[in-house]
Amino acid sequence: MLNKLLCAVGGLVVASFIAGPAAADKVKIDFWYGNSGDISKRVQEVCQHFNESQTQYEAVCTSQGSYYAAVQNTIAAFRGGKPPTIVQVFDVGTLDLMLSDAYYPANKLMADNGYQVDWNNYFPGIRAYYATSKGDMYSFPFNSSTALLYWNKDAFQKIGKSEAPKTWEEAAADMKALKAAGFDCPLAFDISQDESWQLMEQFSAVHGEPIATKNNGFGGLDAELTFNKTKFVQFVTDLKSWYDQGLAKIKSPNTGEDYVAAFAAGHCQMTLTSVGDHGNIGRTADPNMHWDVAMLPVYEGTTRHNSFVGGASLWVLKGHTPEEYKAAAAFLHFIAEPEQALFWSTVTGYIPVTKTGFDYMKAHGFYDKAPYKGRETAIEELNVEAAGSGPGGIRLGNFLQIRAELSNGLQEIFVNKVSVQQGLDESVQRGDAILRRFEATYKGKELP
Amino acid sequence: MTAGEVFARRPFALRAALAPFRRRERRARGEGRAFFTSRSLGWSLILPQLLLIFTFFYWPAGQALYWAFTLERPWGGGNEWVGLGNFTAMLSDPVYWNSIVSSVIFAAASTGLAMAAALVLALLADRELRGARIYRSVLVWPFAIAAPALGMAFRFILAPEAGFMAYVNHIWPGLWNPALNGADAMACIVIAFAWKYISYSFIFFLAALQAIPKSLIEAAAMDGAGILRRARDIQIPLVAPTLFFVVVINLTDSFTDSFGIVDIMTQGGPARATDLMVYKIYFDGFKGLDYSGAAAQSIILMLLVILLTIAQFRFVERRIHYK
Repeated sequence: MLNKLLCAVGGLVVASFIAGPAAADKVKIDFWYGNSGDISKRVQEVCQHFNESQTQYEAVCTSQGSYYAAVQNTIAAFRGGKPPTIVQVFDVGTLDLMLSDAYYPANKLMADNGYQVDWNNYFPGIRAYYATSKGDMYSFPFNSSTALLYWNKDAFQKIGKSEAPKTWEEAAADMKALKAAGFDCPLAFDISQDESWQLMEQFSAVHGEPIATKNNGFGGLDAELTFNKTKFVQFVTDLKSWYDQGLAKIKSPNTGEDYVAAFAAGHCQMTLTSVGDHGNIGRTADPNMHWDVAMLPVYEGTTRHNSFVGGASLWVLKGHTPEEYKAAAAFLHFIAEPEQALFWSTVTGYIPVTKTGFDYMKAHGFYDKAPYKGRETAIEELNVEAAGSGPGGIRLGNFLQIRAELSNGLQEIFVNKVSVQQGLDESVQRGDAILRRFEATYKGKELP
Repeated sequence: MTAGEVFARRPFALRAALAPFRRRERRARGEGRAFFTSRSLGWSLILPQLLLIFTFFYWPAGQALYWAFTLERPWGGGNEWVGLGNFTAMLSDPVYWNSIVSSVIFAAASTGLAMAAALVLALLADRELRGARIYRSVLVWPFAIAAPALGMAFRFILAPEAGFMAYVNHIWPGLWNPALNGADAMACIVIAFAWKYISYSFIFFLAALQAIPKSLIEAAAMDGAGILRRARDIQIPLVAPTLFFVVVINLTDSFTDSFGIVDIMTQGGPARATDLMVYKIYFDGFKGLDYSGAAAQSIILMLLVILLTIAQFRFVERRIHYK
């Protein structure tokens, strides 16, 4: 722990030296983000484009290694009085920041600096996730994704099907047929903390089922979890039974191959994961393997609702000069331009966040051919309804810990320690305790 | 690691560092000679270190202590005093007790494994077997490997469907599955952690063994004592102080330094089987942003480690003869 702290401090000192002496005429702003690896390189390219596009400002972009580290390091820097101007905060980290006094609301920043932002240009499904309960945007949606069903066309052809299952009933029949046709692993999944996103959150979203009371928490900090009383119980029951019959298999780094790799390698014929993996699977799968994506299945008789967006948004922090805020506004304006949306979505698997960005990409034929064909499904899934009828997102405190509780409950269910209902009841009960703790921490605070 | 960190992690090292000054002081008084006012010289020499310790150890620790009695907002801007609320919430939670039990099992198993293996290796290397010099250098390397890299490697080696264990599972299907079997997952992190600390303990053991006069061993050999007999009756009793030191360090580190391996290999699962106290602190504090809960857990962990160390000094050290 101490080591980490020393490293962090050392890193800051070094960073400030590097950032210190340089072209004095440009206004410099720091942008800290969490992506690493290939995506980090792409963020750097976006920054480079911005720096080359004008002469007044310079964005210094630094990867912090992970979403968690970006938030942690920014908190440390903020408490130390030296926050970056812009920081990327992942979806479920939104609430902590929103309740703090640390940020300059995006809508206000843009208005103060003379930019007209048409917030209605953002896809409602994306806007709803990050907006306040009154619909105000305090941050800019940046890298955005949603969950899709990935399916192997070659395998489905062997069972005489040319389309992905639309319902879970159909998916169950397909799994049985695939198994009978000699496929060992019709559906790959995992039940660690990270899969709460597609298994519980996205499932609840497309089925229009609440995850928590008070509009999934948008209505107040006193919300209570409800996923032990919804169709999700049915889904876990079915998933467990498919698992017991060998139709669905747990594929994780701990078993040797995670579900994305298992699908890409053709070892498993279906999986549920982010559209952000579309590029990755395209690069790693055998070029002769035919596969596609489809919207997440829903249970028969369910009206489909908008799925939730995943990813992160960009926040501007307090404690900077008006010039720096001008630079930040220019940067945020720049990345929202359609040309940047096309670049960003081409080099990553992320989806455009604005309608103009999407139209621009369609007009350029982005979605017409491989390897990008199919990614428009994500946009469709996020916008099934013109105006979302549900909460549009999740606004619950310490949600990462709640995901861990769900994961613990699911693991107990899958090792036959407890029944499905018991496991989910326990997750909800422990999750509610976390929510009450969060509420007590922010006593007297109102959700914006 | 800087000297400041060494002192922070091993407070008794500070006492040892001060000892020469104390001795000299006594001597100076006893002989009534004019000497440096050694007390002020000693203190001024260690003052920079003390400042470092204060800034990087006591100050954050004090902050954590304060947070443990409040509900702290991660981005600042206020906290609520809750007295012992964080502690009572934690200690009335059966899941937390489960975490304490897991930590104790992990500490005992990994320390036992690491020390036993290191002792055997050190005894062998000490015998100047062919290539002993190579073993001596090579066996030190694992300690330099960062926990995440180590966790990745062992996750692969011990994965049930890939790597080495896949062959074992092929022969006895279903024998090994750390992804779903809690005991297997615990074994995974014990093996990975012990592997790292074998090398650490090995350095100490070998140094201690080489300090034993060769004449003792030779005399025993001439009396007809075999290798095992010599190890049991001469070498191990003579390295007992080192053994004791290494046990204390190993146990302490297994309580406080194992979160990296857990994070990569099991994330505390399956079904909380490897949810060690220190991993819970890391997860709640660093990922969950529950600073106060993590601070309270740190205090509990600190007390537990202090109690364990006191117990060791009180009950085990008495049986060790340093001279």
